[in-house]
Amino acid sequence: MTDVNDVQPDEAAISPLDDTVRAEMAEIIARYPEPRSALLPMLHLVQSRQGYVTPEGIELCAEVLDITEAEVAAVATFYTMYKRRPVGEYHVGVCTNTLCAIMGGDAIWDDLSEYLGVGHDETTEDGKVSLERVECNAACDFAPVMVVNWEFMDNQTPGSARELVDRLRAGEEVVSTRGPRICTWKQAERVLAGFPDGQATEGVSAGPASLVGLELAHENGWTAPEGGQRELGGSKK
Amino acid sequence: MSEVSKLTPVLTARWDQADSFTRRNYEKADGYKALRRALQRKPEDIVEMVKDSGLRGRGGAGFPTGMKWSFIPPQDPAEPKPVYLVVNADESEPGTCKDIPLMMADPHVLVEGVIITSFAIGAKHAFIYIRGEVLQVYRRVLNAVAEAYEAGYLGQNILGSGFDLDVVVHAGAGAYICGEETALLDSLEGRRGQPRLKPPFPAVAGLYASPTVINNVETIASVPSIVSGGAEWFRSMGNEKSPGYGIFSLSGHVTKPGQYEAPLGITLRELLDLAGGIRGGRELKFWTPGGSSTPMLTAEHVDVPLDFEGMAGVGSMLGTRALQIFDDTTCVVRATARWIEFYKHESCGKCTPCREGFWWMVQILERLEEGNGTEADLDKLLDMSDNIAGRSFCALADGGVAPVVSSIQHFRDEYIAHFEHGGCPFDPAASTLFAQELGAKA
Repeated sequence: MTDVNDVQPDEAAISPLDDTVRAEMAEIIARYPEPRSALLPMLHLVQSRQGYVTPEGIELCAEVLDITEAEVAAVATFYTMYKRRPVGEYHVGVCTNTLCAIMGGDAIWDDLSEYLGVGHDETTEDGKVSLERVECNAACDFAPVMVVNWEFMDNQTPGSARELVDRLRAGEEVVSTRGPRICTWKQAERVLAGFPDGQATEGVSAGPASLVGLELAHENGWTAPEGGQRELGGSKK
Repeated sequence: MSEVSKLTPVLTARWDQADSFTRRNYEKADGYKALRRALQRKPEDIVEMVKDSGLRGRGGAGFPTGMKWSFIPPQDPAEPKPVYLVVNADESEPGTCKDIPLMMADPHVLVEGVIITSFAIGAKHAFIYIRGEVLQVYRRVLNAVAEAYEAGYLGQNILGSGFDLDVVVHAGAGAYICGEETALLDSLEGRRGQPRLKPPFPAVAGLYASPTVINNVETIASVPSIVSGGAEWFRSMGNEKSPGYGIFSLSGHVTKPGQYEAPLGITLRELLDLAGGIRGGRELKFWTPGGSSTPMLTAEHVDVPLDFEGMAGVGSMLGTRALQIFDDTTCVVRATARWIEFYKHESCGKCTPCREGFWWMVQILERLEEGNGTEADLDKLLDMSDNIAGRSFCALADGGVAPVVSSIQHFRDEYIAHFEHGGCPFDPAASTLFAQELGAKA
């Protein structure tokens, strides 16, 4: 087991914060009426290059936004998605908020943590997988829920969770149960900075649980009433 | 008017279509027609129409949407201040899982709602603040906004109307508190997400201290259908004080968990019938009507209408219609302790009663769960609840004490059983979905 706090950042895994990054930060700032609004996406961008919020990244954000490093650090330490040490290439979350925990999330967590030999916010020695107990991820009808690099893995069991991390560690392609191919954690962070990667149309429109009510409505011929009045611009009866 | 169907898919109607999230498919289903209609009217007509519809905010508090919009003060022509629309897409309330599938399957209905609402309130800049932990949802909304620009639904002189609008899709970074509207604004300004003292309300001094409307995803997504169908049509569903349709999210120990869109006022009994009842013929034990911050209810409340007044009448709240269902295998002390760990973790730290109170509560609940508590601990928890709720800037504190107070109210005996038996009398394996695999005793 390796505590993330003991991990020495792999220098080779860190891309420099070069002129390209500065240009991209300028692009982010241009989206907003006031520059400081760009700070959250800028920190996502720093993570996409360097794997976590580095001291260098904090300095650059402060310089570019003309605020203090303390102000940047205060923000970076407030939000759980900003990491102070490198996470795995695949950051795996197990929901252990009440509903998922009771439906099996606690059992999955205990088993997976033992199987990988790492605990909360820790990374496997090969640097491939890190684990996090996540709070409710808004997929309760698919409980117990896991996420990999913030893509949904619905309806998990201890067995499916082991298989999932095995495949991730073996470098196999893994697809979200109702989404796209799982990308690397750094690529995910780049998307969250507002730079699309072309995967938006991958995956289904909705997972099975999202559709149970609609299917029942179809079976029974239930619909919303016909739109009647057409008050705006339409012809009135 | 003939009787309204049990389920009334409006927002969920297109979710089963292949590639429902593309602009082309949205347009094929008459998407963006409401926008064309709206742009031919005066902005104040749209505000009036939404007021007439009686639409109440779908993010939990249930404030009348049209009234919220009308709080934007008239502009001083000499010194006009920009007006902003901010969509709260930071869905994080435990149990709540409706906005995420909506944005995944039908992001364009949200974008169309954003454009119509911005037109109505005079905003030229709108923001969709999506929690960061849902990558594909962020991709889909980002893509929908890009497609809307390509089609001339966003940008300068939209559809030749002279109306200009820019929309930014902004990813959060992991903090439940940012679902609180003023914390969300601070976060969107690039700060720690900590709630502000109100007043001033966002309508007067919101984003960048400018007039701002903040609405939930489902609220904004309801606007195009109201514009198309009309206020009377909307009111033909639901009831006088809680009109319209809403997405009810059933999770937990039901046979078919999922999303059920129905007129407000449907009951849990009706929803459970639709969802195949409690799993494996077990008994309903407790449930939340709208997330963990709404006081839990029991089997005696299954016939209470799920609308704003009905839930308030039994001491709870409609909240986000996040119906978390727990059967008789579930330990209510364990459930409550876990929720309070959540509130402790998510307290932003600004207000002492919330920051310290939940920290102490977790320790008391842990020893109660382990069977080391006493009856005095229960009184202490209730006393602390009194000193946390209403004594902090925002509603996180009020919501956080809800499971404590309501679980002691309904299940005091079960707390006592824990320390009388020297531990939890329940087998946690029995409440999982894979109980047999784990060799549960039940």
